[in-house]
Amino acid sequence: MHLILFIVFAGFCLAGAINLLLQSHPINSALSLIVVMTSLAVLYLLLGAEFLAAAQVIVYAGAIMVLFTFVVMLLNAGREDRTLGSRSARVVGFPAVVVILGVLATVILKAQGLGVVTLSDGITSTADLSTVLFRELLLPFEVTSVLILIAILGAVALARSGDGERTSK
Amino acid sequence: MTILQFFLWSLLKVVVVTVVMLMAVAYTVLLERKLVGRIQNRWGPSRVGPFGLLQPLVDGAKLFLKEDLIPTAVYRPLYLIAPVIALGCALISIAVVPFGEPNVGPGGIHFFQISDVNIGLLVILGITSIGVYGIALSGWSSNNKYSLLGSLRSSAQLISYELALGLALVGVVMRAGSLNLRVIVESQAAKGIASWNIFGGFQFVAFLVYLTAAYAETNRAPFDLPEAESELTAGYHTEYSSMKFAMFFMAEYANMITVSCVATLLFLGGWTSPLGNLFPPPENIFAHALFPIFWFVLKVFSFLFLYVWVRGTLPRFRYDQLMNFGWRYLMPIAILNILGTSLWLAYR
Repeated sequence: MHLILFIVFAGFCLAGAINLLLQSHPINSALSLIVVMTSLAVLYLLLGAEFLAAAQVIVYAGAIMVLFTFVVMLLNAGREDRTLGSRSARVVGFPAVVVILGVLATVILKAQGLGVVTLSDGITSTADLSTVLFRELLLPFEVTSVLILIAILGAVALARSGDGERTSK
Repeated sequence: MTILQFFLWSLLKVVVVTVVMLMAVAYTVLLERKLVGRIQNRWGPSRVGPFGLLQPLVDGAKLFLKEDLIPTAVYRPLYLIAPVIALGCALISIAVVPFGEPNVGPGGIHFFQISDVNIGLLVILGITSIGVYGIALSGWSSNNKYSLLGSLRSSAQLISYELALGLALVGVVMRAGSLNLRVIVESQAAKGIASWNIFGGFQFVAFLVYLTAAYAETNRAPFDLPEAESELTAGYHTEYSSMKFAMFFMAEYANMITVSCVATLLFLGGWTSPLGNLFPPPENIFAHALFPIFWFVLKVFSFLFLYVWVRGTLPRFRYDQLMNFGWRYLMPIAILNILGTSLWLAYR
């Protein structure tokens, strides 16, 4: 049962990703990305990470992609032109992608002590997750949140300085 | 319980809940028309059946029979799927709502909840956040400036108020220590009205923030800018007719009902009696099953009443007021509430 669901949703995920690249209209690409995000959430759920699955749907499929579609609609972006593609991308690009994927795969497969997850009925409860997050990994967690805060402050500062120039002129 | 039994029970529950939900949607519309009528000193629908009680059925038949126009310039695939997304998401989220005593079914079957999920609250939030696409895509695919403006407003409004809505619920979750809706309700059951989160749990600030944000999320007055009639004809559903329009209409009222259910579960003790354990639970199995449902329906009804009352009383916000209110007041208040609740939980 788990395996069937995994294959179905992994298929959705890949189909969405390929469709994202092939579509020429931005809004169709954005919608394919939503399909990818939600199928990823189902894959997390199959691995027993229920909180992660819910967060994936709420944050990525819900909030961030709404923002994407909002911007596409606001700018009313039209159809993109299809180019023939550059030759260097064809010559260098595909081998480079294969090499990078190979390196990543070997590193992940060779790495020891990462722990094992299996498709099973076992569920990591939200309480377990938060224990790990707020006790053992507290420092990385807080550092990440400070990083995000800095990004927000930077965005606000950029927006404000542009506004100030306009009013001063 | 075999897998076949599980499947059949689930199917039965889904069918019953969907039918009840759709009837509730139809009669919420009637409730709104009657109440707004009384608020404006007129009768509301009163011709079809006694007190106009058959009006929703006639309206439904009318919407079915109307001609289904599809304008030529629309982007068809999205135009057709948008109302389905809106109504589908509005109906799915009721699946995790528990509306009665859990331990009455035979053989470990929960009669009064389709699915008991550990992260029920997050599931509702997630499905609601997907529901936005119905409105956003309908406006964009209609190829009409009023529709586009309506759906842009709606997306912006939802992005802004979803944060306040989610943050307002954190206090309740911290008090219950769980995201399971049933556990949250049971954490408020001990002393009746005194242990409800809104009173005994000191979450009334969170309650007000949640209610305001939820009104904005469901596009109801005074936050109904996405379909502001005086500026945008009908907003995002201007180009829709017949059943496709009806699906948006039903989605709006189904969302209202879901929001009322969530407010009931999180702040008003769900299906538990306001008298708490003053009286021993009734011996009769039917009374044991039906009293909780009565309390639940009563609480949800009072929220729906409040919805209509607010709509009949308050004027619509201006757009900048809406944004200022969401970001400058609701969000900080919700964060302060989290801070206060966690300090209180740590030092009590």
